[in-house]
Amino acid sequence: MVQRHFILRVTTKLLMPFILLFALYVQFHGDFGPGGGFQAGVIFGAGFVLYALIYGVEAAEKVAPPGVIRVIMTLGLLLFVGVGYFGLFLGGAFLDYNVLAHDPVHGQHLGITLVELGVGITVAATMITIFLSFAGRNRT
Amino acid sequence: MIAAHLPALQIVIPLAAAPLCLLLRKGDLAWALSLLVSLIALAISAVLLSQVLAHGPISYELGGWAPPWGIEYRIDVLNAFVLLIVAAIGAVTIPYARRSIADELPESQLGGFYTALLLCLTGLLGVAITGDAFNLFVFLEISSLSSYVLIAMGRDRRALTAAFQYLVMGTIGATFIVIGIGLLYMATGTLNMADLGARIPALGANRTIIVAFAFLTVGATLKLALFPLHFWLPNAYAYAPSAVTAFLAATATKVSIYILLRFFYTIFGPAFQAEDLTLHSLFIPLAVIAVLVCSTVAIFQINVKRMLAYSSIAQIGYMMIGVSFDTVTGLTAGMVHLFNHAVIKGGLFMALGCIVLRVGTCQIDDLAGLGRRMPLTMFAFVLGGLSLIGVPLTAGFISKWYLVQAAIELDDWVVAAAILGGSLLAVIYVWRVVESAYLRPAPENAPDEVSEAPWSMLVPTYILIGASIYFGVETSLNVGVARAAAQFLLGGAG
Amino acid sequence: MTNLPGLYNYWIVIVLMMTGFYVVIARGNLIKKIVGLNIFQTSVFILYISMGKIDGGTAPIIVADTGGAEVVYSNPLPHVLILTAIVVGIATTALGLALIVRIKEAYGTVEEDEIFAKDEQA
Repeated sequence: MVQRHFILRVTTKLLMPFILLFALYVQFHGDFGPGGGFQAGVIFGAGFVLYALIYGVEAAEKVAPPGVIRVIMTLGLLLFVGVGYFGLFLGGAFLDYNVLAHDPVHGQHLGITLVELGVGITVAATMITIFLSFAGRNRT
Repeated sequence: MIAAHLPALQIVIPLAAAPLCLLLRKGDLAWALSLLVSLIALAISAVLLSQVLAHGPISYELGGWAPPWGIEYRIDVLNAFVLLIVAAIGAVTIPYARRSIADELPESQLGGFYTALLLCLTGLLGVAITGDAFNLFVFLEISSLSSYVLIAMGRDRRALTAAFQYLVMGTIGATFIVIGIGLLYMATGTLNMADLGARIPALGANRTIIVAFAFLTVGATLKLALFPLHFWLPNAYAYAPSAVTAFLAATATKVSIYILLRFFYTIFGPAFQAEDLTLHSLFIPLAVIAVLVCSTVAIFQINVKRMLAYSSIAQIGYMMIGVSFDTVTGLTAGMVHLFNHAVIKGGLFMALGCIVLRVGTCQIDDLAGLGRRMPLTMFAFVLGGLSLIGVPLTAGFISKWYLVQAAIELDDWVVAAAILGGSLLAVIYVWRVVESAYLRPAPENAPDEVSEAPWSMLVPTYILIGASIYFGVETSLNVGVARAAAQFLLGGAG
Repeated sequence: MTNLPGLYNYWIVIVLMMTGFYVVIARGNLIKKIVGLNIFQTSVFILYISMGKIDGGTAPIIVADTGGAEVVYSNPLPHVLILTAIVVGIATTALGLALIVRIKEAYGTVEEDEIFAKDEQA
């Protein structure tokens, strides 16, 4: 396994940073152009899936231990819900972004960025979990 | 300040607790959190119902976006009633689930189980509370996906195939609902239910709207397992863990009936389906067949869980009879039965869960002699069975009474006879269990140490069984609210 | 009848929908059922996405310099809705496949008739 697929291994190594960077671009450019948490999360997860396909599931699990990923997955969802609750505590409706900052425009900006971040984290972690639990099924 | 946000909290408290349960991992901690959350949800739904009864419908703008652009949570008498049923069953099921589930699942899966259960609760409450058609689909899928997971956790390997079958049928049903919602959006440009209800009469029965109506109806009837779209239900209920069966049997199909009512009365308006399409001429025969055929099939089951599952399909038939009559009495009867059946079937499945915990199976022959060895459990089962049959002074009698009354009002003697016939069939299948438990001696090779079920399971069982007796005597809550909801739907829709 | 070819997107939707539905009903292989279910759902995605497209409409992002001309935007709402439905579809597919993995482990087959036969024996 070590010396096989030389081209694939080198290409993956070269591509990985760009895939992850592109995911981050889609994530944070989402409020100015096409993009957002779902898409970014899937791209980010796909980077890991590619890594796992080429280097093997064990190597991928070293980078992303399933237990940690599961915790990250729930934290992403809690971030989303937390933003909603925060708006509630500040006197607005649930998920009301206007009250998050002094200026409603800033509030909307902050709110959507945080919520999309939560979505992105959850989707990426879920994608990785789904892949790893299918791929790792027969080893144990 | 909090009072104004109750509609949002109703949904987001269970939603936020679900991932926390996954983080807690320890079964008991997750259980304690779920219990707390379900009690809060019950309290909120009770407050919401009293507010609605006192001050009329409540509207909540999610994210501060005004309807019809934003998602609106809109609570009127009908869905406050459904919210209360779902939250109450949730609050009774979770204390019950602790022992029952600890026996059926490995420790490592307990956190996941409570996560799925809370998500299912969130989804069902969400379906009931939302005033946005697409949001309804999203919540419906949250509840359905988590119920597939819950069913697949059953011990028997047939639970897996049952869950898969349910997944395929449920997804087709949900996709039909999305198609219907999409067509409605094409025709009207809005997704808010109240807004849809205001615009559709103006458009009249054009082809897009009729097709949308057809898709929505088929999708919803698939989800509520109306005969002949019920094939996913018996296996799913028979092989799921006991607590899950009790929870789903008491809530999932009820919420689906709510969806149908919402589509029929709020979105399309009473006139649309009654006068333009004469839908009751299709639904009443189907519902009558469901009552008679499925009650008969129930008689021949040897697995008591499957027997009760078939009986559930028959009871859904009763509800659909009431709903399709399209009169205040009929709708009231349908909704009263919706409430009563949730209580009765929840209680019966819980009693059965106690038996499964102690005996290990629920084949009718294995119940032999249980009347003496598990007297409290079997007594609960008998009381629930009497209520299911519709003996006077039980909740089942009240719903049958109103149903027959509604049928007689319309001079529909065939339907009235079918309702009574269904009750007679129920006598037979309940009697088979009673006969086995009380009149047959325990088998020779039966394990000796079969004792009474633990209190943590008996108390929730008796709460529901007791409620099914209580609501047969004191009917102001179920009949009163159901009548208010029926009048609201027929009078104030649009 | 004249605009039949003009509404070709609906024909695509109907063909996909019926293909998927047929596969779900007619195939005994559980994986093929999931594939059919996916095709069925995809038809709905196309229904929604094509619904949001407006002739000559551009992406719904405010154009800073319109030069005084009126800009036609496509309707973003159906696209957002269907993004949610796509996510639901992914969840359904993942869950369905996970169930198939468990079924394969429990029964040793993913053919529906063989599973029924094994249940009958038991």
